[in-house]
Amino acid sequence: MTALAACPACTAAPSAAQTARDASGEVLHLSLPGISCAACIAGVEGTLAGVPGVRAARVNLGRRRVRVVTEPGTGAAPALAALETAGFEAHELDTSALDSGNDDPGRALLARIAVAGFAMMNVMALSVAVWSGATAATEAMFHWISAAIALPALAFAAVPFFASAVSALRAGRVNMDVPIALAIFLASVTSLHETVYGAGADTWFDAALSLTFFLLAGRYLDHRARATARSAAAELTALEMPRATLLDGAARRTVAVADIVPGDRIALSAGARAPVDGVAEDGGVLDRSALTGESALVRIAAGEPVCAGETVMDAPLTLRATARAEDSALRRLAALVEVAETGRHRYSGIADRAARLYAPLVHGLAAIAFAGWYTATGDVHLAIGIATAVLIITCPCALGLAVPAVTASVTGRLFRSGVLLKSETALERLADVDCILLDKTGTLTQGTPQLPELSDDAAGVALALARASDHPVSRAIAAALEGRAAADVTHIGEVPGEGVSGQWRGAPVSLARGPLGTELALHGHITPLPMTETLRPGAEAMAAALIAAGYEVRMLSGDRPEAAGALARRLGITRVHAAMRPEDKAALVEELGAAGRRVLMVGDGLNDTAALAAAHVSLAPASALDAARVASDGLLLASDLTTIPQTLRASRGALRRIRQNLGIAAGYNAIAIPIALVGLASPLAAALAMSLSSVTVVMNAVRR
Amino acid sequence: MNILIVLIPVSVCLGALGLVACIWTLRHGQYEDLEGDAARVLLDDDDRPDGKRHGPAQTSKPD
Repeated sequence: MTALAACPACTAAPSAAQTARDASGEVLHLSLPGISCAACIAGVEGTLAGVPGVRAARVNLGRRRVRVVTEPGTGAAPALAALETAGFEAHELDTSALDSGNDDPGRALLARIAVAGFAMMNVMALSVAVWSGATAATEAMFHWISAAIALPALAFAAVPFFASAVSALRAGRVNMDVPIALAIFLASVTSLHETVYGAGADTWFDAALSLTFFLLAGRYLDHRARATARSAAAELTALEMPRATLLDGAARRTVAVADIVPGDRIALSAGARAPVDGVAEDGGVLDRSALTGESALVRIAAGEPVCAGETVMDAPLTLRATARAEDSALRRLAALVEVAETGRHRYSGIADRAARLYAPLVHGLAAIAFAGWYTATGDVHLAIGIATAVLIITCPCALGLAVPAVTASVTGRLFRSGVLLKSETALERLADVDCILLDKTGTLTQGTPQLPELSDDAAGVALALARASDHPVSRAIAAALEGRAAADVTHIGEVPGEGVSGQWRGAPVSLARGPLGTELALHGHITPLPMTETLRPGAEAMAAALIAAGYEVRMLSGDRPEAAGALARRLGITRVHAAMRPEDKAALVEELGAAGRRVLMVGDGLNDTAALAAAHVSLAPASALDAARVASDGLLLASDLTTIPQTLRASRGALRRIRQNLGIAAGYNAIAIPIALVGLASPLAAALAMSLSSVTVVMNAVRR
Repeated sequence: MNILIVLIPVSVCLGALGLVACIWTLRHGQYEDLEGDAARVLLDDDDRPDGKRHGPAQTSKPD
């Protein structure tokens, strides 16, 4: 019995031992989004085993991740290169942003479940003898053995319920854990009393243990569903810009973003996001859409400020840092959002509401049972026994499972289709939604503006002309045509504000402003080059499905009304709020909320974060800025937007299922309470009722 | 009924053995990657009788 003497929760947390073993090497985590099968595991581990400097590698298929131990100073580059060659997509993860891959609360819960399960099985086996009619010395012996197993097991396994009940009572609230803790405690005390004095009443050790076991199982389901979602969300953060290239005189060094100090010069390649606030050392073109929502590119001159989170377009840019990463505007905003978030945590889920109704009822009934039987018989012992029976029989075993079993099953299904729900009440809040606000840039649209399909000749000429100009539109065109071969255009000249012209194969060509926007003139033929924003896949289907399902759909944008209106017409969205500043978005959300609407906000930019935090429930695409991801309740990993109507449908189904489950649990109680009140409830009946109702509720939750 | 003096300790010890085994699996991180472990059974090349390792590198190997 040494395992019981030591604390199994401590022995179940080997992080310290694991860290010590890896002290001789550096630990890296690489994300492997593409792996899916046994062959991939063997391929990745086999590849890494052959890389010099790599000491060990272990793939975690569930997390799509590999943990690599390397010799100090090797870095991730050799491993990444080897995986690239072998055909596996791999990205380095910022180890400090990961929760070290260990799920310690989950393990502690599993250890408690194991202890409760072991004790429950043994005590039940012993109880069979008592129910079969063992008497006198034999019965007493069985009771003593049961007590010896049950009391230490309960003292360890039921800790979460006692802790939660105590903290709720301290805060002056009553939650589901208060009746649970009270029932377990009273059952232990009366059973122990019975064991010591042998007064001829029942012992409830098996009931207390099976109660603990089933409720812990519910806890674990709940924890597991959210831990998976949260670890995936942490991984997204870990993927984001953990490193920056520092210019140290003529040398370039790679440093962690957290180590950048004001005054450092940082090289930003085209397409990179500024990691810290700073001042541009040379002119360039920035995409500020993540911060402002405006899709038009902004040209900045040398010496102008750049905010963290803005994307450098086109040419590389040197940035002189003016703030540390944690003081940058982006992080400050993220911190503000965290404060705003705590407000929403006051939303009480259906389980809490049920508990608030249920706990006084159960306690009242138990008190009435005690008072009634005491006045009728004058026997304190009998009265306490019956009050305990009432508490145990009505104890929310099925109630405790009713909500987590459904949320775990639905959240798991949504996770597999690419939707991560981080907040525990997100599913219930999604089911309430009646108004949906969609951000335009970055949410309905994606990536850089796209050009229409061009022939190689036209693309080459357009690229050569665009490269010659500094105009933001030219730069955007050049960026969109990156990768095409530039044509050999001569005699290039620019008329500021008009366009660029030149000679190609003896004929004049030009890229200029015309009646159709930017036009490319080639062989006397004019091709308009509209910079259209690409819709995310599924955007049209999503809008149609949401409108058909009766939701009010509105589009929000920081962009110009014309640009926003054109896109909304394509999607069939009639209500458009354009030219919205971040405050306007948040104000609109609050206004709708005050009018009683339940708003779902979907957005990705820094300009959306306030609105995301203010909305009843919010979702962000995986490409969103860190701050927006923190502010939202869920993330859409799949780029296909049709997951939004799917999620809403699933959430409504889940709420229906939760209500059914609560109904089933209430039904069992309606039968059991009168039986317990008249004093006919035996521990055998309690065990049967508890198992039966728990199993029914779980089966109802997992069926499709 | 004297047989109970033997049988009860035996049954309790067997149960405790199961509990110890369960906690041992927890300590050794066997619930970290259930999906991966389900796939790993299909890999037949981890330990060859000739003692050569052909299979994937293990974190558990001593450094």
